[in-house]
Amino acid sequence: MSASAVHSLWTTAADPISKIEAPKIEYGQLSPILIVLGAALVGILVEAFAPRRVRYHAQLLLSAVALCAAFAAIVALAADGYGTTKAHIAAMGALAVDGPALFLQGTILLAGLVALFTFAERRLDPDPHGHRTDSFVAQAAAVPGSDSEKAAVRAGFTTTEVFPLLLFAVAGMLVFPAANDLLTLFIALEVFSLPLYLMCALARRKRLLSQEAAVKYFLLGAFASAFTLFGIALLYGYAGSVSYATIARVVDGTVTTVNPALVDTMGNDALLLIGAAMIVMGLLFKVGAVPFHMWTPDVYQGAPTPLTGFMAAATKVAAFGALLRLLYVVLPGLRWDWRPVMWAVAIITMLGGAIVAITQTDVKRLLAYSSIAHAGFILAGVIATTPDGVSSVLFYLAAYSFVTIGAFAVVTLVRDAGGEATHLSKWAGLGRRSPLVAAVFAVFLLAFAGIPLTSGFAGKFAVFKAAAEGGAAPLVVVGVISSAIAAFFYIRVIVLMFFSEPRQDGPTVAVPSLLTSTAIGVGVAVTLVLGVAPQYFLNLANQAGIFVR
Amino acid sequence: MSFPLLTATAVLPALGAVATAAVPAARRTAAKWLALLVSLGTLALAVVVLVRFEPGGDRYQLTESHSWIKEFGVRYELGVDGIAVALIALTALLIPFIVLAGWHDADPAPGSGLPAQKEGAKETGPYHWRPTQGFFALILAVEAMVIISFEATDVFLFYIFFEAMLIPMYFLIGGFGDRAHAHGEQVASTQRSYAAVKFLLYNLVGGLIMLAAVIGLYVVAGNFSLQEIAQARADGSLHMATSTERWLFLGFFFAFAVKAPLWPLHTWLPNAMGEATTPVAVLITAVVDKVGTFAMLRFCLQLFPEASKWATPVILVLSLISIVYGALLAVGQRDIKRLVAYASISHFGFIIMGIFAMTSQGQSGATLYMVNHGISTAALMLVAGFLISRRGSRLIADYGGVQKVAPLLAGTFLIGGLATLSLPGLAPFVSEFLVLVGTFERYPVIGIVATFGIVLAALYTLVLYQRTMTGPVKPEVSAMPDLRPRELAVVAPLVVLLIFLGVYPKPVTDIVNPAVRSTLSDVHKKDPQPEVEAAK
Repeated sequence: MSASAVHSLWTTAADPISKIEAPKIEYGQLSPILIVLGAALVGILVEAFAPRRVRYHAQLLLSAVALCAAFAAIVALAADGYGTTKAHIAAMGALAVDGPALFLQGTILLAGLVALFTFAERRLDPDPHGHRTDSFVAQAAAVPGSDSEKAAVRAGFTTTEVFPLLLFAVAGMLVFPAANDLLTLFIALEVFSLPLYLMCALARRKRLLSQEAAVKYFLLGAFASAFTLFGIALLYGYAGSVSYATIARVVDGTVTTVNPALVDTMGNDALLLIGAAMIVMGLLFKVGAVPFHMWTPDVYQGAPTPLTGFMAAATKVAAFGALLRLLYVVLPGLRWDWRPVMWAVAIITMLGGAIVAITQTDVKRLLAYSSIAHAGFILAGVIATTPDGVSSVLFYLAAYSFVTIGAFAVVTLVRDAGGEATHLSKWAGLGRRSPLVAAVFAVFLLAFAGIPLTSGFAGKFAVFKAAAEGGAAPLVVVGVISSAIAAFFYIRVIVLMFFSEPRQDGPTVAVPSLLTSTAIGVGVAVTLVLGVAPQYFLNLANQAGIFVR
Repeated sequence: MSFPLLTATAVLPALGAVATAAVPAARRTAAKWLALLVSLGTLALAVVVLVRFEPGGDRYQLTESHSWIKEFGVRYELGVDGIAVALIALTALLIPFIVLAGWHDADPAPGSGLPAQKEGAKETGPYHWRPTQGFFALILAVEAMVIISFEATDVFLFYIFFEAMLIPMYFLIGGFGDRAHAHGEQVASTQRSYAAVKFLLYNLVGGLIMLAAVIGLYVVAGNFSLQEIAQARADGSLHMATSTERWLFLGFFFAFAVKAPLWPLHTWLPNAMGEATTPVAVLITAVVDKVGTFAMLRFCLQLFPEASKWATPVILVLSLISIVYGALLAVGQRDIKRLVAYASISHFGFIIMGIFAMTSQGQSGATLYMVNHGISTAALMLVAGFLISRRGSRLIADYGGVQKVAPLLAGTFLIGGLATLSLPGLAPFVSEFLVLVGTFERYPVIGIVATFGIVLAALYTLVLYQRTMTGPVKPEVSAMPDLRPRELAVVAPLVVLLIFLGVYPKPVTDIVNPAVRSTLSDVHKKDPQPEVEAAK
């Protein structure tokens, strides 16, 4: 960068204050995000000031009300036409209020609500001291195995901080797919990632495993965030702006000079390609696509299971939403540069996830690899670059979320003396001991496998159809092959549950309270309804499939 | 709007399945009666379909059409032609016998019931393991799905049930094994779940490859309606590139060839039939597998006529291999159920050969064969099942001289066997003859070689009968009771039907022939050949 350019950069930044306009914020249109953020802040105050015994109920109520209210706000906005005709860019270009954003935000809120129920479950773990305990640690600061931990357990402490943390994560996820400039994107990424890192470390049982998972997730996540940030800087150098619309125009070539300070670097394709690749890399890390998937199995296994369910569902929704917006709004002009790479990523993600899952012996790791394979299927829809592609991905994400949360909720029920019995060998014969629980889990597995009459089939069909129409027929072929491979290990679990003899030292199945039952029930209902009558939701996703630019 | 008869025929067993599954754990017998009643009710509806169907009328009758998933271009479209009517009637006819034959198969085994509950464990809660209810509910669920896949004229709708039917079948095979096993329950359980998984994986892979082809078809045609696509293909408004058509054809055919099954995709069948209980084995071979051959006629030939003709030589050779190979392996079997399974593979070879011979005699014969094979295999297999349940062994060598002890059992077994080897006068003879004549007309060499299949069939059937039923009475067999009334009620109607259709096949051929002619005209639209009048 030449000296004059640096000079003009300084002078640009030092313009008189009078030129700065007061930002115009459409509070009504941002209300879903604001409600959740506000509730999270109130939640922190509850932690600080409310007595310990009322915290759990206060937090649960507050969180549930906030999520419901935010969802109602989404519905109101959508009914008002913000998803279609009135779609526009709000908050000074920082956030988009359009169909995909509203659809994904609604999905995230509902997933968050269902996940909240599993977070709040306190019936599963019989506590020797007679306290009601959930899946989260008694006192996070207590060293595992120490006296202070024992004291905290005896005192019946629970980490009710998880509720505001959940709300912060949800708020970040709401912003993520709606972010319309790169800085908002990054901030949203951090806002939802940090609470997740933290909550990963909060498992009540197997605490060391949980803390290890959190450290891994944090380190790799920080690495991915750094990539994203670096990419943002390079894209800024290329376009002279962080706004999606401006970058898109620069990529198109309709605008050439945005920022006089950056004349030397602007329009340099190397910056564009490397920058875009780095941002996409960061997003692919969040969705768990091969080769950025390494964290997934360890984190899914170590994290408290309710959180795993929430992460697997909502993070994917948010990150795919952001990825879609980035590829469709910012980089459509660059289609022929990113498509081949994304093809490769999608293919190795589908095959890699499915093949490695075969060898897994832990149900949480199995579901983790299955989620990788599913990320590959969704990528096939992302690559289609047609409106159908967007709506198929939206539909798939909604369908997948509820199956995932439901499946992990079932995992929390199967327990032995050490907490959850996640080793698959312990699930042998579960179908004879608890036919209903096993049948429900079988429904979820069949949905994962994409058997017709489940939501998984409708979703898979939608993305494969979009991919085929978008000219990606080889992806469809790879997709059905990896579906076949994946079916093998889903079915192996079903065989184990139904056709194997129960073990004498087998796990017990806890009888859950209404909370987890609701989460599982919603999962089953959504799975079957979206399987048999997907038309209404497909229609909704179709209407929501247009990005505002 | 008229009464949706076709929907009702499929919905009744589906509701019956739900109701049967919901019967309380202690009321096992009630569940059985409920399942039997529902299957009889379905049979009554199927008879109504049969009566309402006019053989000379429109190609697809009793049609229903509703919007379903608009985003995928999918409609809920049902309609039956003569071929479908015949197979629906077969399905509805066989299910009551299957239910009746399996009356005691899913009773909890004495002694080996449920694992002991652990002290104080809150596990099963209000739920109980209900194998009997599950068994009959699954049979009815399979019936519902099979019937709707015979009725569907929308490719997507067909596909959904074609695939979904695997799940209840899988639980039927894996969850309810044959207790007659030489090596104890542990080995039996392992082999059973192996058979179930093999069944599911083979069919699932076939189905997923078909899914790719289904999506491809949508991309090319823009909708899933069989009639619209076939019409557009016929009048030339929908053009498919030759290679596209061939790939799509292969995708569809692969799935159907796994299901049918055709050599070399057949290996799941002997495992599945060997390990499943006999009624379930009958369900597989006599009912579910027919969907595969039926779909070849309905979907492969109509949607991809050119590709079908292109693939004919290869398919004929494969079916010929099926015929001879299946029969040879049947000769070598020591296990009664596996013998019948290999015999079925041989017979499916005949059916596929008849379909792809592309003559009206061949295809009428093939359709007739599907019906007759269903009845004859059901008869043979169910009697074999009664035999096996008495002695507790599937091995041929464990029997001998049964006809002196249980003459009725031996007699019906003989009739079932003779039907399997296509003795003139019994129903399968007519169909096998038609298939062979139809094939010979166009492919004389293949027709001649296929005829050896009949010789081999005579060998395996008669040797089976000779070893088990004749000769000195083995001591273990000497106290064997003859057929009980329930068992007789299962077998007698099937035997009567075999003889009746053997002497007078006209009712079936009358229904089938117009449908065959129109299918054939689809295929031959582009290269007119002298139409050979179907044998009446």
